[in-house]
Amino acid sequence: MPNRPTATDILDCEFLVIRGKLLEVAAALDRIDRGTGSTDGDARRENIRKTLALLGGDPADSGGKASRAEQLQLIFSLPYEREWRKAQ
Amino acid sequence: MQYFDPHIHMASRTTDDLQAMALAGCVGVSEPAFWAGFDRSGLDSFRDYFRQLTEWEPKRAAQFGIRHYCWLGMNAKEAENLDLSRQVIATMKGFLDRPNVLGVGEIGLNKCTPNEVATLAELIDVALQGEEQMLFHTPHLEEKYRGTRMILDLLHADARTDRSRVCIDHCEEQTIRVVLDEGYWAGITLYPTTKGTPERAVDLVEQFGVDRIMVNSSADWGPSDPLAVPKFIFQMRRRGQTEANIRRVVYENPLTFFNQSRNFQFKPAE
Repeated sequence: MPNRPTATDILDCEFLVIRGKLLEVAAALDRIDRGTGSTDGDARRENIRKTLALLGGDPADSGGKASRAEQLQLIFSLPYEREWRKAQ
Repeated sequence: MQYFDPHIHMASRTTDDLQAMALAGCVGVSEPAFWAGFDRSGLDSFRDYFRQLTEWEPKRAAQFGIRHYCWLGMNAKEAENLDLSRQVIATMKGFLDRPNVLGVGEIGLNKCTPNEVATLAELIDVALQGEEQMLFHTPHLEEKYRGTRMILDLLHADARTDRSRVCIDHCEEQTIRVVLDEGYWAGITLYPTTKGTPERAVDLVEQFGVDRIMVNSSADWGPSDPLAVPKFIFQMRRRGQTEANIRRVVYENPLTFFNQSRNFQFKPAE
């Protein structure tokens, strides 16, 4: 079995990485807001808002809930229709 | 540690890359046929490309002690052209028995259009008729989830499909679960800006284990890293994974998967 590190060990290792990436996101959003015009109604902006809410929410649990990373990927995904072949 | 890169486009890489890969422990690669970055002008371009993958690239890799295998197919981007696709598929059949060909790939979907689906269905039929292994490209970004599900739907609809001989590549967090649950091999591509990173690939190994998972660089003419697999090895060690688990993902799993191809012959170093 792999020798798995503790949550604190991982936080020690990842804290500055997380901080740096969140800062880049904040700065990029500020950059967009400083631009001329508006992105109101742009679906990409709404998806970004949803992912930020996701990151601040509860962690994945052992009850089958998808990880944050999986949920984030699905927010940025087009929907899959089981009956897609009928539409073609 | 010795490793395979099971998906890399050496035709787009320099000889210096081959040397760096060899120094990092690479002993074998498999190179799927793909899009050139622009649409080819006609059938002859594909024929020359298949010759390059089956004649020239094995020789170039061999200079550095790297065994070169390949997959042949019609890529999803150019599959929109049905007439050309049918010509390419007919030509491809004449190359499938060449000694370094592992099967049909990389085939799949890009924008998930009816023409792409029609070409893909023909490619799957050719592969199943010839009992070829298959390597699937799954779409990028927002198309990945539905495209992957559509590919699985096409495979499930054909009773001849042997899922243990199929790799669904470029898996990410939103697709790897269904791919593994359905019995397929899952490829994880390590890219600097899109697809996976070495760190997230290790996350997936921690969550899903080492069975039927392979990692690759998919290095090509765009932003990509031919040394992505060694960087994954480094991250696995950093995260406390055992040497046995690392070797399983980067060496033994590709060997197990490739060994199902009639053309695969590989003698490990003593």
